Amino acid sequence: MIGLAYWAQSLLRVLGGTVAVLLPAGTIVYLFLFKMMSFMQSRLGPMEAGPYGSLQLFAEVGKWLQKEDISPENADKRVFRMAPLIVLVSTFLLVAVVPFGPDAYFTNFDAGVFYMLAVSSISTLGILMAGWSSANKYSLLGGLRAAGQLIAYELPMVLSVLGVVIQAGTMNLQQIVVAQNGGEIFGADFIGNPFILTQFVGFLVFMISVQAELTQTPFDMPIAESELVSGYMTEYSGFRFLIFFIAEFATAGVFSLIASVLFLGGWGVPFSWFGWDAAGSDIDNWMNVGGPLILFTKMVVLSGIIMWVRFSFPRMREDQLQRFAWKVLVPVSLVNIMLTAIFKVAF
Amino acid sequence: MAPKMPQPKVPGMFKGLGVTAKTLAQTMKPKKLGGGAATVQYPHEKETPPIRARGVIALREDNCTSCMLCARSCPDWCIFIEAHKDLAPPRRAGGAPRKVNKLDRFDIDYALCMYCGICVEVCPFDALFWSPEYEYSEPKIADLLHDKTKLGEWMETVPAAPELEAGAEKKKGK
Repeated sequence: MIGLAYWAQSLLRVLGGTVAVLLPAGTIVYLFLFKMMSFMQSRLGPMEAGPYGSLQLFAEVGKWLQKEDISPENADKRVFRMAPLIVLVSTFLLVAVVPFGPDAYFTNFDAGVFYMLAVSSISTLGILMAGWSSANKYSLLGGLRAAGQLIAYELPMVLSVLGVVIQAGTMNLQQIVVAQNGGEIFGADFIGNPFILTQFVGFLVFMISVQAELTQTPFDMPIAESELVSGYMTEYSGFRFLIFFIAEFATAGVFSLIASVLFLGGWGVPFSWFGWDAAGSDIDNWMNVGGPLILFTKMVVLSGIIMWVRFSFPRMREDQLQRFAWKVLVPVSLVNIMLTAIFKVAF
Repeated sequence: MAPKMPQPKVPGMFKGLGVTAKTLAQTMKPKKLGGGAATVQYPHEKETPPIRARGVIALREDNCTSCMLCARSCPDWCIFIEAHKDLAPPRRAGGAPRKVNKLDRFDIDYALCMYCGICVEVCPFDALFWSPEYEYSEPKIADLLHDKTKLGEWMETVPAAPELEAGAEKKKGK
């Protein structure tokens, strides 16, 4: 990228960002939402569009693009139209910080974890805007529920990530990857030191919080279809609904990417496998190609788990949800931070 | 103190995950090994409906005496019957010609029919039957009004009456 003009670099980044957001979203929707869910319900899912229904996604997108873009008469129209875009933008901002390889990243800065946690809460704003501006009681209730839920689960997410930050000693996502793959457990370095082993509690809390942040099923009160029609998305149609839909699954993909960066070693394989000692040697050339694929595989596994949980469990009640966040997840992650700090100082 | 409920051995959450995973594996298993989905890809392959399926109502015109019992018992009046008196040849040689009701029109509007089956139940002369045929949708709702020719064609799809149960009352008559 060094030799390219600024406009060419920018173009490449925009293209790469679009791919990095849409590809996981498409994969998750086809692989898990269409196929895995159907199989788990003993049916085949879409089979007509393309071989095994593989072109169904394009059919769906085409259908939504044809539909009329309706805003309710009493809606606050400007806010109403802006809301889905804000939700989608937060996804794009999130992916900017994910490292895909030693040189394959959009940005590489030291406050990466901080930025990621800050940016992920922008989507709350978009959802609350959607719920408020729709002039619909179901949308409003859904928006308020979403706000309450996303704020409640932001906290355990931040706290669970802190353990990783303490252990890696850095907030730079790139260096967290290096710390995991170059690390060792009691002198044994054949699997590096993926933080899922030492930070398993943190990983669990993080994944549960992600499930809630994505409003996937055990935590889907904001869109609870049997109570609130479709929550904050009730009044949306056409491509604005499509944007909400893409944002939901793109965010699932990006959060899985971040979880695999934080806990599963990101784009790398343990460096000792090929005798690398640290990033910056001859790893780079290989890993700029292989890294994105490795990261993508880890993403598919993690989002598969998210979707598996989604398809298996019924929805929790609103009070159970809040109690679980404040009385279980927050204390557990606080204890986790404390223990991590003690071990960090002790060893 | 409330009696202690028996606790499940595997916590229910993991059991739930297990159920979905098992179904997933079962559906993905090739058909030859006894796997596959519980559903059928409808337009390409068809399920045989059960023998007593309530698909459509068929008419055996010869048995109908235009008694109007079915039309009167129909809850939403979807049966239309018109008939006229006619003379049939006498039963025995030298007898007087018999007066019979000749059916002119027997229509069922399947846009109205709610498949309650009261007409089939109430028919004293075994003229109405349930047929398992189900593929008769129409692009226009008016085309769902079917006449006695069409109802007669469906008669061919009516399965034979099942055997009487052991100890059932024998049919009286000649």
